[in-house]
Amino acid sequence: MSKSNVTRRGVLKTGAAAGAGLALPTILTAGSHSGFTNAPTGSTVTLGFNVPQSGPYADEGADELRAYELAVEHLNGGGDGGMINTFSSKTLEGNGILGKKVEYVTGDTQTKSDAARASAKSMIEKDGAVMITGGSSSGVAVAVQALCQEAGIIFMAGLTHSNDTTGKDRKANGFRHFFNSYMSGAALAPVLANAYGKDRKAYHLTADYNWGYTTEEAVVQATEGMGWETVNAVKTPLTQTDFSSYIAPVLQTDADVLVLNHYGGNMINSLTSAVQFGLRDKVVNNKDFQIVVPLYSRLMARGAGANVKGIFGSTNWHWSLTDEGSKAFTKSFGTKYGFPPSQAAHTVYCQTLLYADAVNRAKSFNPCAVAEALEDFEFDGLGNGKTLYRGADHQCFKDVLVVKGKENPTSEFDLLEVVEVTPVAQVMYEPDHPQMGGAEATLGSCNPGA
Amino acid sequence: MLGLNNKDLRLFIIVICLTVFAPFILNPFPETSELAQFNAGYPDLMQRFIIFGIFAIGFNILFGLTGYLSFGHAAFLGVGSYAAIWMMKLLTLNVIPAILMSIVFAGLFAVVVGYISLRRSGIYFSILTLAFAQMSYALAYSVLTPITGGETGLQIKATDTPLLSNLAEGEIGRANLFGLDMRSSFELELGNWLFTFNAGYYIAVVFMLIAFYLSIRLFRSPFGMMLRAVKSNQQRMNYTGLNSKPYTLAAFVISGMYAGLAGGLMVAMDTQVGPERMFWTASGEVVLMSILGGAGTLIGPVLGAGMIKYMENIISKINDNILHKWFEFMPDGIEDFLVTIIHPFIGKGWHLTLGLLFMAVIIFLPGGLVELGQRIGRLFRRGGSKDTAAQSTPAE
Repeated sequence: MSKSNVTRRGVLKTGAAAGAGLALPTILTAGSHSGFTNAPTGSTVTLGFNVPQSGPYADEGADELRAYELAVEHLNGGGDGGMINTFSSKTLEGNGILGKKVEYVTGDTQTKSDAARASAKSMIEKDGAVMITGGSSSGVAVAVQALCQEAGIIFMAGLTHSNDTTGKDRKANGFRHFFNSYMSGAALAPVLANAYGKDRKAYHLTADYNWGYTTEEAVVQATEGMGWETVNAVKTPLTQTDFSSYIAPVLQTDADVLVLNHYGGNMINSLTSAVQFGLRDKVVNNKDFQIVVPLYSRLMARGAGANVKGIFGSTNWHWSLTDEGSKAFTKSFGTKYGFPPSQAAHTVYCQTLLYADAVNRAKSFNPCAVAEALEDFEFDGLGNGKTLYRGADHQCFKDVLVVKGKENPTSEFDLLEVVEVTPVAQVMYEPDHPQMGGAEATLGSCNPGA
Repeated sequence: MLGLNNKDLRLFIIVICLTVFAPFILNPFPETSELAQFNAGYPDLMQRFIIFGIFAIGFNILFGLTGYLSFGHAAFLGVGSYAAIWMMKLLTLNVIPAILMSIVFAGLFAVVVGYISLRRSGIYFSILTLAFAQMSYALAYSVLTPITGGETGLQIKATDTPLLSNLAEGEIGRANLFGLDMRSSFELELGNWLFTFNAGYYIAVVFMLIAFYLSIRLFRSPFGMMLRAVKSNQQRMNYTGLNSKPYTLAAFVISGMYAGLAGGLMVAMDTQVGPERMFWTASGEVVLMSILGGAGTLIGPVLGAGMIKYMENIISKINDNILHKWFEFMPDGIEDFLVTIIHPFIGKGWHLTLGLLFMAVIIFLPGGLVELGQRIGRLFRRGGSKDTAAQSTPAE
């Protein structure tokens, strides 16, 4: 009985569905109507802001989201316009992008590539986002970048410092404004050689994952180029919180510099531990022992407190810069939220503006047209001086800031001081540099989807 | 029919209908309405429902039947995923060999882990499996970077040239089934509604239905009865002279193979693997899925998986902006007040919402969502008569 019953029901249902399908002439396949994925059709355009709202980089994510909201406000003509006024390209007039009002959707990457891809996919498949941006770690950035390449969407990377993003994992649809490990190394090495001399012996502690590897490689090569010697490089597990067992062996060697290739909570703990061990008061080989942190962020400096005083590192941008762009951005961010923006906020704000401007110049949302407009685009006025979006690997080239922990901070935001602005020529590299994946690395061809 | 009794057959047919018509069922709100936010009928999420459904069904074979709480099941998911992506990178972009290999490798790994972990039971077993999973995670994250790609994971790249696929120079390979792209979709527009029928989704559905059918058969088999006996009193079983270890090991391996299948399907639908797929929170998630839905029941874990994935993907995307749009019609003061009240439960607060829901289920519905269904069913069948002698099959 049940058998025939069921078959009939199934047949009826299938028949009904098939009938409905056949009866309708307006059957579409994804986005085929305009030649690329999620072409905006109405009076609005949707951008996807995919940032870590939970997990270890939630602080950076929250600051990124603030900057995105500010950027959207400025693009739609609200607020004081921020860096739109100082940006060298003048296509942004506060009327959205290509005259379409900017709307946005947000998602939580949880600092996991799976969750980030799920969130990005829902933005593409459900919300019709035409561009995805964000990410606060290289693993996530690389994963989402590959997804956007497959789907035919532009990806504007947020805070991602590993060489891989525009190195061996570069993609035609992905763009990065933030600097990378290689640049950190190249910018830091001369400053370190100046300050500490050319015959130093360095000991590296490196977070045991991709970003740590590329940073260690970059710093080792750059400092050895200056005449330094690398005594040892030890990998530390990412989840390590007590670094004393890694710091103690440093004292047994004749190293006189400790390089901490750590980020976030790792760096806060390892630096604190190193200072507590009295490394900074040591004298080895008749030289004062020194500590270096290749990648600094204000949030980290705040976590490490007084321990960062006098310690060198590099950063993408700092709010205390005095060029017109930085001042305008710091002002409008500060007015809206009551505190100065972080480098993560700055880079995502720039990325949003750069995308909007590229669309305006290309007069199309088509990812291939946008990519063409961004490639080899030179601009100024976004806080980093003259900048080039190189076409060969979609990496921004700009001056790199070498910073030092401030001796007498005046507030909890005023922890770093800019020691030197390393000119872009010094951090430039060939697109097929061995650290960037060598000759094998390729962008592939641009994918408009559909 | 199919060797199932009437009740199971009915359940199986319900599951078939639900999965086949999911694109309609999950998209109840028209595109233009504000409620479209709650639509879940887009390919990625539907695929996830199915894949995590399989994962939970497999976990339930171990946990629901034998009572052994594995706290490291995500490791098998990860091993399956890595096996699948390497098959695609090296051999062929067809998903079938990838999925088969993912099952095989996860099964082999489960034999090793199970053989060692099953020497203990209870909390010690859980800790052992947890340790294995975390070890796998740490290995994949850093030590085995050349094989696993480390933190950035593995993807199919333009430089990959699988043996049996002929790709044009620089073309990025796509997972397919004999040429049918996993991501190709057929969209049906009915008025304001948009329904998407995705190739990958239906392939996953086929696997899930097979997996579900096998799990019903397993539940009703003498082997399943033996596993239940292990759960109710393993010591007594041992005293009767019966060696229960082969049974538990078999259940463990089957369960691991289900997880491997889920991992392989994940790669087939979305060609990328990252190590955090094996992190202990992922293992914890499948435990939550089973308990939320109803451990030891056939359909429960699938419902639990759907619930958690829905919260993760839909609730986490609601932001203050959207709330303001919803409450626009109210006076400013009340609007802001309501947004402030709801704010902690949306966006990144989806964990909190899920936690509250989980607590509510544990306290009021110890049998999970299945018990809720049973209670509602009884209400209808008996015209609301109070039946306090309610007996439910879920986990004791």
